[in-house]
Amino acid sequence: MSDVLTVRGLSVAVRDKALVSDVDLTVGAGERVGLIGESGSGKSLTALSIIGLLPEDVRADGSVRVDGVGHELVGADERRMSRVRGRDIAMVFQEPMTALNPTMRIGDQLAEAMLIHSTKSKRSALAGAVELLELVQLPAETIRAYPHQLSGGQRQRVVLALALANDPSLLICDEPTTALDVTVQALVLDLIVRGVLERASALLFITHDLAVVATVCERVLVMYGGRVVESGPVGEIFTRPRHRYTEGLLAASDLETADRRLTTIPGTVPPAGQFPSGCVFRNRCRHATDICAQTPEWTGSETRGFACHHPAGVADV
Amino acid sequence: MRRLNPSLVVGGVIVGLIVLMALVSFVWTPYDATLVTPASRLLRPSWSHWFGTDKFGRDVLSQIMVGSRTTLFVGVVAVGVAAVIGVPLGILSAMVRRWPSEFIMRANDLLLAFPALLLAIMFGAVFGASTLTAMIAIGIASVPSFARVIRSGALQVMRTEYVLAARAAGRQPWPIAVRHVLPNVTSLITVQASVSFAIAVLAEAALSFLGYGTPPPTPSWGRMLQESQEFLFSAPRLAIFPGVAIAIAVLGFNLLGDGLRDRFDPKLEDRR
Repeated sequence: MSDVLTVRGLSVAVRDKALVSDVDLTVGAGERVGLIGESGSGKSLTALSIIGLLPEDVRADGSVRVDGVGHELVGADERRMSRVRGRDIAMVFQEPMTALNPTMRIGDQLAEAMLIHSTKSKRSALAGAVELLELVQLPAETIRAYPHQLSGGQRQRVVLALALANDPSLLICDEPTTALDVTVQALVLDLIVRGVLERASALLFITHDLAVVATVCERVLVMYGGRVVESGPVGEIFTRPRHRYTEGLLAASDLETADRRLTTIPGTVPPAGQFPSGCVFRNRCRHATDICAQTPEWTGSETRGFACHHPAGVADV
Repeated sequence: MRRLNPSLVVGGVIVGLIVLMALVSFVWTPYDATLVTPASRLLRPSWSHWFGTDKFGRDVLSQIMVGSRTTLFVGVVAVGVAAVIGVPLGILSAMVRRWPSEFIMRANDLLLAFPALLLAIMFGAVFGASTLTAMIAIGIASVPSFARVIRSGALQVMRTEYVLAARAAGRQPWPIAVRHVLPNVTSLITVQASVSFAIAVLAEAALSFLGYGTPPPTPSWGRMLQESQEFLFSAPRLAIFPGVAIAIAVLGFNLLGDGLRDRFDPKLEDRR
């Protein structure tokens, strides 16, 4: 299996505040990888730096490479990036209500997506638009509709169709179903997985919903405080977490606790750039000791490993 | 579903009537507006001359009717000039990086700080007083307010996810400006156009009054006011009729602008 996305040592900072530090990440063709973590853990920034759409004063360092693109993506100029975006990398955003231009018909927006990279002629672009709508199970008449005539779920399906328009080798979904209700969520997730499988594209799926990760992804990376703290196959992570943060995250989503009370991780996520030195989780960790003031080494391989001085599953030292 | 707001209706009706008056004046006026008849100077309003006559015996109603053409023409051209320059500037400054954007907006502020009438008088002095110089000067003076309003609207559109999505789809900045930003600020353009129109009407009247606007014999409301000065006590009606016409026109366009703004506003949450 060839690697579609290879991220090495990715760091994102605004002035001297580090927002994401030293992220390594690979996604192979046809592989579905999840990126989970609380708000403010740096998931979305990681995604935006891969596609090169960070806000103006935010800087990325490190290396991002995508199969089929002959150059480094970090620091690539706007002109080169706009050729990559939408063709090699596509992205689905969180908010379906605002992700479509209210003044353009759905068909025109779909056709535009194909015309940007001239993957289709003008005439076949409209036919292509209908095909894309079929793919996301919307009726062909939708091409004449304006976004306000569609529901949130329908719009998110249009957004997905837009992202798949040019058969990207990498699809990034940033919390695509967070704004949708549960029944619609299942359909959209199913369409995402099918769209990715049919194209043998790589999927990077960002969410804070563990249940969604379990249905969609094969492998998962847990982010906290701008760092990847643990990674591994979904089954492993969910049954035998090693990092104390992952452990807390899973406990918090467990509804079957003994005393019928929800377990929470003590404290709150610190504001960006104010995470403790060393292990970023140590100020909220029950197991933290003096050694945690040093940044923990990565233990294991990239596809299964963690960064913790006192991992779960062994006796506390 | 949508309630018609009173200012939109009243403003729309006033503007409609002025446009109608201007159109009718092309095919019919009670008298030739420029016809000088010394025998019937300074007549009081009567059945044959509803608004009376001026010092040259010209029919005041006919002059008001023909004058509305000048008013509308000046307004349309001035607003056109302002929009054609101001809208792209506003969108551009919302899309470029920080310091070029600052440069555009500071230059804009400079022009904004310059009194519009003074600019128009300067233009008149340099290029000669004519309707054209008045229109262009008023237009240029209205550019800053256009640029400012459109910039704030465009900044808001630039923050939306569909612009981010368009960039994520590989759209270049220029097509984004034309296909995504411009269509979504048209409501702002409409509102600003009608407000600027009111200002242009007033500015044209002021310029004509000062002798830098429409030269004689083309009837203009501002010049009618100026010519009425010497009869302010003996025949105040000569000042009242064009004055009321100017006031109504300005009111009409302002109301229309307010009404349109109320109509569109729910879409624009945090306009600066």
